[in-house]
Amino acid sequence: MTQTDLKPTQAHTTNAPALEVRSLNKTFAPTVVPVKNLNLTVERGEFLTLLGPSGCGKSTVLRMIAGLEHPTKGQVLIDGEDVTRLSPSDRNIAMVFQSYALYPHMTVHDNIASGLKLRRIPKGDIEDRIRDVVDFLGLHELLNRKPGQLSGGQRQRVAVARTLVRRPSVFLLDEPLSNLDALLRENVRAELKQLFESQQAPVVYVTHDQVEAMTLSSKVAVLNEGYLQQLDTPERIYTHPANRFVAGFVGSPQMNFLTLPCDGQSVTLGNRRAPLPTEVRTDAKEITLGIRPEHVRLAREGESPTVEGTVSLVEHLGMHKLYTVQVPGKMPMTVRSLIPLSHTHSDRPIKLVFSGNAIHWFDAETGDRLNQD
Amino acid sequence: MTTFPESVSKSQRSSGINWRSLILPIAVILVVLFCLAPVLWQLLTSVKVNQDISAVPSVYFPRRFTLEHYQQLFARRPFWNYLLNSFFVAAASTLLALGLGAPAAYALARLRLQGERVILAGVLIVTLFPPILLFLGLLRVVQVLSLGDNYLALVLPYAAINLPLTILVMRSFFEQLPRDLEDSAKVDGYNTVGTLLNIVLPLTLPALATTGILAFITAWNEFIFALTFITRESMKTVPVAASQLGGASIFEIPYGPIAAATVLGTLPLVLLVLFFQRQIIQGLTSGAVKG
Ligand SMILES: Nc1ncnc2c1ncn2[C@@H]1O[C@H](COP(=O)(O)OP(=O)(O)O)[C@@H](O)[C@H]1O
Ligand SMILES: [Mg+2]
Repeated sequence: MTQTDLKPTQAHTTNAPALEVRSLNKTFAPTVVPVKNLNLTVERGEFLTLLGPSGCGKSTVLRMIAGLEHPTKGQVLIDGEDVTRLSPSDRNIAMVFQSYALYPHMTVHDNIASGLKLRRIPKGDIEDRIRDVVDFLGLHELLNRKPGQLSGGQRQRVAVARTLVRRPSVFLLDEPLSNLDALLRENVRAELKQLFESQQAPVVYVTHDQVEAMTLSSKVAVLNEGYLQQLDTPERIYTHPANRFVAGFVGSPQMNFLTLPCDGQSVTLGNRRAPLPTEVRTDAKEITLGIRPEHVRLAREGESPTVEGTVSLVEHLGMHKLYTVQVPGKMPMTVRSLIPLSHTHSDRPIKLVFSGNAIHWFDAETGDRLNQD
Repeated sequence: MTTFPESVSKSQRSSGINWRSLILPIAVILVVLFCLAPVLWQLLTSVKVNQDISAVPSVYFPRRFTLEHYQQLFARRPFWNYLLNSFFVAAASTLLALGLGAPAAYALARLRLQGERVILAGVLIVTLFPPILLFLGLLRVVQVLSLGDNYLALVLPYAAINLPLTILVMRSFFEQLPRDLEDSAKVDGYNTVGTLLNIVLPLTLPALATTGILAFITAWNEFIFALTFITRESMKTVPVAASQLGGASIFEIPYGPIAAATVLGTLPLVLLVLFFQRQIIQGLTSGAVKG
């Protein structure tokens, strides 16, 4: 089949973004406010991932976009049209649920067809569309089975097929891979990426898995405690985390954070003083240095180390070893470093160097990023 | 492996019989016999000739069989009528209990109601009263509403007695029915009624069948209310009619017809359970969520 077959039927003449969320707020109870003032725009063809820890309100945002939850405040616009008051079925959205939510008493065919039948699409069109999607996803053998007779991966594909036939204005996916085992998840992830790249309509994808977010998305929105922490490309999220939360949440093994005494111009790191980059301005007495374990390397022969300490833990990660190093001093610190497998460690102290251009500076109190590059 | 388990298996092999594998079947047979012995006795009595029934010592396994007691039941009494009465009363009260209980259970499971715990506690407490305690109160109600000799006098109390159980069982069923299914239906374009009829109801049928059967059995077997609230012969239910079977003289206890009535009164229930068992085993909900 050609890719145009799966494009939305609607012609897009407006310049409005495909999906826009304006100062969205959801208050379940005075103390349960999972979404506080969220603003997002998603353009056509974009793949936006909402990333955040469990319970941070990702699903609630998605359900408000879908119309399954009414926002306490704010608006949802699809193709420039305010749909905040519309029911889910009038919004032209399609959704993959975490549990897939296939109707157990209907065959795969009827599951895929149900959304179209209810929209009074002529029977011939329905069968044409189903054939396209079934060809596309290779579901022929499954059409007459019930969901109970499918494997987890097959159910997932049927759930995706059900959204594709709808040709919606926006695709919404809520942790669609979390019920698959690790190996299958990796395959399906790659498949999903290809699949939705061929779609015009944007995708809003919810996950708590940073690898999914980084590999699938064209943009990632990191959420925490109901607030948008950063909205950026996966690369920028990784290289320029907007604050300490994003820096710590994205990237594995986790970034090292060292809180250092500071006098506005320079910081004290162990027994050394180092100047702050010129663009970092702070009056605080302390500043947080962030550096990823892969940017902490062994000092070369004769090179002066940034820190020195003893290895307290060695973890084998396959490609690398992860050392946990205790750095003694007035303020003892723990630094984790990715070390090539070839290195053998002894009880002697090891010398580590922080790659200068990979250091992130954060305000010790607010956690905001201080350096621009 | 230590040597101890090995020596055990050796001794088993030498004795030739695996005693352990026999324990379960024997136990099952004993338990089944223990439970079904009275039923078997009734069944045999219903086909014994009168001589064998009153013989001393008892004839446990008769050689002569007769259907005379069954024929008498229908010839001397309107037994079809009793069966129909029982069926109508039990079915109506069951439908009423399910019709009221299932929606209530759905609301309790899905809506975040204010006093949900209080309501559930109330429902639970109601089940603690033996129905007999309600008897005098109900009698008064029946008198005031002049429902005597009216099927409603049985249908309403039976439905009420079965309602708490229906609500509790159905609620726990709805709780484990994934909410995503209903959300998915909404996205697909079903309205509320459509969702309930096309998605929720088909998935709920096994649970409805189970609770329905329990309610039906309770209503079918009920005796005291049926004895008191219905006095007209043509409206009596099977348990009452069976207990009032008389012999040719007051000195004769008609064991045979009573046994036959018992068997006939139980048969519909057995058929019902056998019929719905298949539906229940189908296990429709499997496959709704992850694998
Ligand atoms: N219907 C609801 N009523 C009350 N609280 C809710 C409801 N739905 C979600 N919450 C709460 O909102 C928070 C965010 O939930 P959710 O959006 O599902 O998180 P996530 O998908 O990011 O894991 C949680 O603390 C959850 O308990
Ligand atoms: Mg969620």
